[in-house]
Amino acid sequence: MKFSNSIDVIAYCKEQGVPLHQASMDYEIQKTGRSYGYIKDYLRNVLGVMSNAVHLGITDEDNLIKGKIIGNDSVLLKKRYESEKTVCGKTIAIAVSYALSTMEVNASMGKVVASPTAGSCGVLPAVLITMKERFDLDEDKLIEGLLAANMVGSVVARNATISGAEGGCQAEVGTASAMASAAVVHMMGGTPEQAFNAAAMCFKNLLGLVCDPIAGLVESPCAKRNGMGAANALMCAEMALSGIVSIIPFDEVVEAMYRVGKAMPPSLRETSMGGLATTKTGIQIKTDLFK
Amino acid sequence: MNDYNIFDIIGPIMIGPSSSHTAGACRIGYTAQNIIKLPITEVEFVLYGSFAKTYKGHGTDIALLGGFLGLKPDDERLVDAFKIAENRGLKYSFLTSEDDTDHPNTVKIIAHTNRLEKWEIIGVSIGGGKMIIRSINGIDVQYTGDYNTLVTHHKDSSGMLARIATVLSESRINIAFMKLYREEKGLKAIGIIETDENIEQQVINELLRLDGMLYVNVIGKIYE
Repeated sequence: MKFSNSIDVIAYCKEQGVPLHQASMDYEIQKTGRSYGYIKDYLRNVLGVMSNAVHLGITDEDNLIKGKIIGNDSVLLKKRYESEKTVCGKTIAIAVSYALSTMEVNASMGKVVASPTAGSCGVLPAVLITMKERFDLDEDKLIEGLLAANMVGSVVARNATISGAEGGCQAEVGTASAMASAAVVHMMGGTPEQAFNAAAMCFKNLLGLVCDPIAGLVESPCAKRNGMGAANALMCAEMALSGIVSIIPFDEVVEAMYRVGKAMPPSLRETSMGGLATTKTGIQIKTDLFK
Repeated sequence: MNDYNIFDIIGPIMIGPSSSHTAGACRIGYTAQNIIKLPITEVEFVLYGSFAKTYKGHGTDIALLGGFLGLKPDDERLVDAFKIAENRGLKYSFLTSEDDTDHPNTVKIIAHTNRLEKWEIIGVSIGGGKMIIRSINGIDVQYTGDYNTLVTHHKDSSGMLARIATVLSESRINIAFMKLYREEKGLKAIGIIETDENIEQQVINELLRLDGMLYVNVIGKIYE
């Protein structure tokens, strides 16, 4: 079994008559030599860490969990959606708050799951935990979601990049968003084609997004972009589940993402030499932090 | 890099905030103390490139020291690394260098053992929490931590590698990769032997009995 792209994955699901999460599990057992039980235990552990991080930040009323720049935003957002009518509906608002929360935990040197990277660690937990609460999903269903997400991330890492230094934020938050979107489609009973359609749409919406962290820290604009990645994942999953398809197929979108990443100047790929990092305020924050 | 698996894509589980500046740094420290294995009294970390510029903001110093104290990237005690070092009586310091290196995330670890030996280990954090040890006591190596690894320090003499391989094969240990590095012909050499199986103490004892063997050490693989 060799999954070079999404076409291989979809074909395997059809030929073997297996769901997307099973294809992902079969592939990982073959690649890592680990057992089904070992991988499942690992993913159970992953869910525990994710759910813990979401909870830690969002309940941090005293603002103890923060980074050098960010902190407390998840609590602010929670207070709003718990007490007022939200603008974009509770599901999106909750997901965004969970992404912010996880990123605050990450910035405070708390425990997270880099999925696929630490800079994009907020998206997948935000979407999974929101789905869990909204639809009362059990652990097995969430693990299926993680496996579907892994299949998308695995194809991207193979054919493009998941590193901001190589491909900008589109490669980090973009991949996280695509992974999360595929997980949602899969957990809601969508087909593998629909899952990859959702993932393709996620990337298309984020194509060209640069990596320009202020003061070189994994904080701003990273945290809010994780929130956006979570909202984008839910939105694209909704479209894919309705039967909307991506005009450009997933594998070609990934190829385009890689090309765009390579065309980005180094100043916009995690070096903090451009974008928001070199705005007047960005430079001031850096100067104050490292004086 | 195409060899990503689920433990890289949905992982690693780690203490934030950065896979390269925190998790990768921790693994370099962890691997370095595992290579040395002897009780260490003093350690100095020389940071280069991006490590030198942003180490405080990313907790790279905490991660390096924590790893050096034997903590892994997902260990919540990492944040207390300074305190743990002080409790154990380990002296530590961080220096930054402007010198050019071929990788932006490079650290040189200089450690002094209780036998008054000085060790110098250079590691680079290559992204996604992965690392490579590039140099051990001036000898260039490429050690990734992907396998269980045997590190031997021995006299550079003919047949040494064959004798090591014999001990391993008699213990039914399959060698995945094997590399030999030497300081100078006829002097000290370092063997780095990566294996599929775990290496038991008994095998180490047998290797230590080989003529010309100075030191043997086993490093468990550092990834899932």
